[in-house]
Amino acid sequence: MKPFDYVRPATVAEAVAAAAQPGAVYLAAGTNLLDLMKGNVSRPDRLVDVTHLGGLDRIEHLADGALRIGALVRNADLAHDPEFASAYPAIAEALLSGASAQLRNTATVGGNLLQRTRCAYFYDTASRCNKREAGSGCDARDGENRSHAVLGWSDSCIATHPSDFCVPLVALDAVVEIEGGNGRREIALDELHRLPGDTPERDTTLEPGDLIVAVRLPPAARGFAAHARYLKVRERTSYAFAVVSAAAALLIENGKIKQARLGLGGVAAKPWRARAAEDVLKDVAPTADAFQEAAWRALSDAKPSGDNAFKIELARRIVVRALTLAAAGTPARMPALPASPFASTSGALHA
Amino acid sequence: MPELNLTSAPAHLRHGSNIGQPLTRRDGVLKVKGQATYAADNHPSGMLFAVMAVSSIARGRVTSLDVAAARRHPGVVDVMTSDHKPPLAIDPEIKTNPFVFRMEVLQSDEVRYANQPIAVVIAETLEAATEGAALLAPRYETLPALIGLDAGDSFVPPVVGVGNPTENHRGDVEAGLASAEKRIEAVYETPPQYHNAMEPHAIVAAWDGDNLSVDMPTQGLFLSRARIAELFGIAPDKIHIRSPFLGGGFGSKGLMAGPQVLGVMAARLVGKPVKLVLRREQMYGPVGHRAPTRQRLRMGTDGEGRLTALDHHARTVSSTFDDFYEPAADASHSLYASPAIRTSHDAVRVNTGTPLFMRAPGEATGSIALESAIDEMAWACGIDPLAFRLKNYAEVEPITGKPFSSKALRACYEQGAARFGWAKRPLQPRQMRDDAGLLVGWGMGTATFPALMFQAEARAAIRRDGTGAMEIGAHDMGQGAWTALAQIAADGLGLDIDRVAFKAGTSDLPDAGIAGGSAHTATAGAAIHSAGAAVIAKLADLATADERSPLFGAGNTGVIARDGKLFRRDDESRGESYTEILARAGLAEIEARGMGAPNPAAMEEYAMHAHGAVFAEVKVDPELGQIRVTRMVGAFAAGRIVNPHLVKSQLFGGMIWGMSFALHEEAITDRRSGRIMNANLGEYHIPVNADVPPLDVITIEEHDPHVNALGIKGVGEIGITGSAGAVANAVWHATGVRVRRFPIRIEELLTQR
Amino acid sequence: MNHSISLTVNGARRDFVLDDPRVTLLDLLRERLHLTGTKKGCDRGQCGACTILVDGKRINSCLALAISHDGADILTIEGVAHGDQLHPVQAALIAHDGFQCGFCTPGHIMSAIGMMREGQAGNDPERVRECMSGNLCRCGAYAGIVDAVLEAQAGMDESNQRRSA
Repeated sequence: MKPFDYVRPATVAEAVAAAAQPGAVYLAAGTNLLDLMKGNVSRPDRLVDVTHLGGLDRIEHLADGALRIGALVRNADLAHDPEFASAYPAIAEALLSGASAQLRNTATVGGNLLQRTRCAYFYDTASRCNKREAGSGCDARDGENRSHAVLGWSDSCIATHPSDFCVPLVALDAVVEIEGGNGRREIALDELHRLPGDTPERDTTLEPGDLIVAVRLPPAARGFAAHARYLKVRERTSYAFAVVSAAAALLIENGKIKQARLGLGGVAAKPWRARAAEDVLKDVAPTADAFQEAAWRALSDAKPSGDNAFKIELARRIVVRALTLAAAGTPARMPALPASPFASTSGALHA
Repeated sequence: MPELNLTSAPAHLRHGSNIGQPLTRRDGVLKVKGQATYAADNHPSGMLFAVMAVSSIARGRVTSLDVAAARRHPGVVDVMTSDHKPPLAIDPEIKTNPFVFRMEVLQSDEVRYANQPIAVVIAETLEAATEGAALLAPRYETLPALIGLDAGDSFVPPVVGVGNPTENHRGDVEAGLASAEKRIEAVYETPPQYHNAMEPHAIVAAWDGDNLSVDMPTQGLFLSRARIAELFGIAPDKIHIRSPFLGGGFGSKGLMAGPQVLGVMAARLVGKPVKLVLRREQMYGPVGHRAPTRQRLRMGTDGEGRLTALDHHARTVSSTFDDFYEPAADASHSLYASPAIRTSHDAVRVNTGTPLFMRAPGEATGSIALESAIDEMAWACGIDPLAFRLKNYAEVEPITGKPFSSKALRACYEQGAARFGWAKRPLQPRQMRDDAGLLVGWGMGTATFPALMFQAEARAAIRRDGTGAMEIGAHDMGQGAWTALAQIAADGLGLDIDRVAFKAGTSDLPDAGIAGGSAHTATAGAAIHSAGAAVIAKLADLATADERSPLFGAGNTGVIARDGKLFRRDDESRGESYTEILARAGLAEIEARGMGAPNPAAMEEYAMHAHGAVFAEVKVDPELGQIRVTRMVGAFAAGRIVNPHLVKSQLFGGMIWGMSFALHEEAITDRRSGRIMNANLGEYHIPVNADVPPLDVITIEEHDPHVNALGIKGVGEIGITGSAGAVANAVWHATGVRVRRFPIRIEELLTQR
Repeated sequence: MNHSISLTVNGARRDFVLDDPRVTLLDLLRERLHLTGTKKGCDRGQCGACTILVDGKRINSCLALAISHDGADILTIEGVAHGDQLHPVQAALIAHDGFQCGFCTPGHIMSAIGMMREGQAGNDPERVRECMSGNLCRCGAYAGIVDAVLEAQAGMDESNQRRSA
């Protein structure tokens, strides 16, 4: 790990000023940053430790019905907050399906949004990677790319965003509150992460010094509580990144879907909002045919970036299943295996 | 090393004999308190930290290293490179015996595989040494890497495994196939796998003149000591290795690894104690692995479902610079009766570290292919897989025709099947679902592993205070040597286990051989047993020759030892305590040595194997393809069970490795660079707790008078065999999709709904 | 640049000067405080061997900078037993043979203690398996670990009931 200056600002303004300089990065829990630094993927000159800043670790219910989650709220604290889990069950389920209990206990909301891809070529500093080193090339393109993107990728970069948390967040229109050199602003989470295009080195639309201070869920996000699920296919039962995941949230009234929300994970450089699929589901009955149609729409632009054509078919099937589970209703209690196809594996056999 | 504070409390020890008791681990309290000292926990005064830099290319040479940049980093003390290193006494390329493998210890600038050590940075802090290694920024001259099972021209190696013939046959396989009523031919592929013991390879080395003190995890104290001695040109007795605990080995710590030698070199270079610990990603290269295989199986059966021929060919790889060939096809030698059997191997050379022994080398890779093929053959015949196996049950070892020293496999099949409920299995695949709509499948596999014996020596003593001592340089990798061998020692000395000072784990004790081949308890146990018998015999000599003793005149064979006393065999009312005998003789203690070794005559006459039957249930999401094992039952017959508690754990562990083989483990190599792209524990998947279902193990009593004095066959490796195939077969039974490339991936199961 | 740090480690306050901000909590414990019960299996948050409790919560100490945890209250495996009196998780692990090589064991124990405090798993084996999945065991002692955690949990539930009765 390269030596760095350690700065512990007392205020958000101090933090923004300290982090605006070249070579500076924010340190929150460090669960991703330290991993990257140990692998020499990231070699910052200055760490601006925001974990001691006051006021960023609160969950606030705003007067208009929105929920404001401070950027330093720990993943586990958020997921286990009973009010939060009942109002936003798919988000809680996504959080609890990510990483391990130890990591969730320390990883922050803001840090989760800004975690970097798990592309092996990004991590392997001997490989060419346009995301790690702009203009160097992409060794994933013709490499071991079974887990790479099928949506929104470019020839410059086929990496995916690994977050589970972001998938239901983007589906529920989460807003990111940012403190920057020019004061406070906010953007839709959907606008935070960038598709790679020719500049995959920029994961997000944040400017140097920008600090995410909160994530806000608009009032409408609560309306899906009765029909919201997150589903994640993994290569082991727990403690694994998604091969593909989906968040589905439905507002069902009088037997018809009034509104649908659908997000996909593990398929693109950003948490993928499938608006075309949502449109298909508007004002129709929650039927298998409708879900199939939605799945088809969600992946209509998908194309393999390598040995990963299966992810397109898998994503379609996950969409159908996630919508089916959501339509069936949010379970009263968090499943023992959150977001797992094996959420309930007990029960009798049928020949 | 200070005496370990071993305890059998809290324990569940029944009074009486020690062997066979489910004693809890005597090192348990140390381990749960964090007081068990693993190599990297040592910190001698003045110690420096060494960190390796490893190659990012798989083939070529290092053309430059920025040593100056590393040296400039505050805290860096020295940088060891191929240009700046202490001399070795012999070229490490010279293979002085079959257990010497070539290693990369900075003897040249050549690079033979990715993650090969190319420099060592030594610093005052771990942070400085780590960054120093990063600052070396190596440049290379790169040659195209040879990667994969088709990397180049294949050849037939002279031997596979450790000295096994490359080809074996009995009968005429082609004729058998030609005459068969039903035939199958299938090709299976297994990936490279890495041991990934939780404890990375580590060494703390300190020189004092020509004396060398070493803390390192090893499954072979004496082979390691001999290797260090020859490399550094010092006498073995100048070297003291401590390895009281290994954080897992699984074969990767059997032989002195190159990085551990680098630790010794670094300590010599700087003249201070040095600690060198591998980073996790550095374990994917210089410390061995399981080679990939491609195996072709051909089988034929007659109208009754009896095998007419079994042909098993395995392609594997070795490194470009040394020879180890995974003896995968040998798995077909001992399990199924067939009038014609042929096994053969060929290989290609690739740019990887040399593959080595990894838990059930050959048996594990061969077993998953063989058990899958047997399942396919049974299905082709329309016969239940268990019934098919019973039809082809081998009453004598098929490849040699020798009788088995013992074989309770039939009982394993029966009891395992009964416990599992196998009888209710539908023959057709894709017939069962659970309440949630998940596909359910049941599969089975036969487990087998040879009952091996190596050579060991032990020293026993009985002291005037009525206590005993047993000393042997044995190794506890987690299998429980501190407990199981102490149980054998206590019985050998006729003492309660708490009255025996059992010493192991250091190189100043008698040579216990290697902890491998599932043979350590048998081998070290035999030495302990024989040392115990020898010291009791000496004690008996003292007593029976002394007319003041109530045992006078009883003669050696007329005496038995129990609870710290000798008794006349013909009259147990006449006895005398060890204390009385030694006190009268004016001796503080009496000692003797004993050996454990294979019995060549018995080996010539008998085939010696442990056996088992594993039954697995999996659930598969019918649309999403994700797999979960939900139940496993294993029934094993492995001779005498020294400690049922520990044996169950060993078998559980093996079964989980089998599941992992079928569903999880795979090193993914970039075909162009030869680098392993998932050299970490996040993406090289080994099972987590949630992957592991309730497991059930049945052990079946076997009294085997031929394998060794104690009748022990060993249980360290057998659990993985059978289990991998059982899980793979269960996936087929759940889905109807036969996947022949392991681990089974989700996409293979997405083909049908 | 030197940084003054104060930590409470296993109940004792430790003040020291950190000469390098790169030091993780794990390396601080192991290499500077010589509390080597906490193990380094991967150093990347992927195995759980380094699990400790920080302010009562289980975390991976390999991915935590010591300097950022100034003022933290740390519990490591060395602080779990009271002399010869083992913590119920420790005793149950021995009884159920919930380990073989023992290298992952301190991390498993700290994780189990943290999990019981979190109160999310209760006495449901499936939840225990999921909640303990951040700790790898290559020897494959998971079955014994789950049994041990359930037994310890049951014992603590019982003693809590007795206390509140």
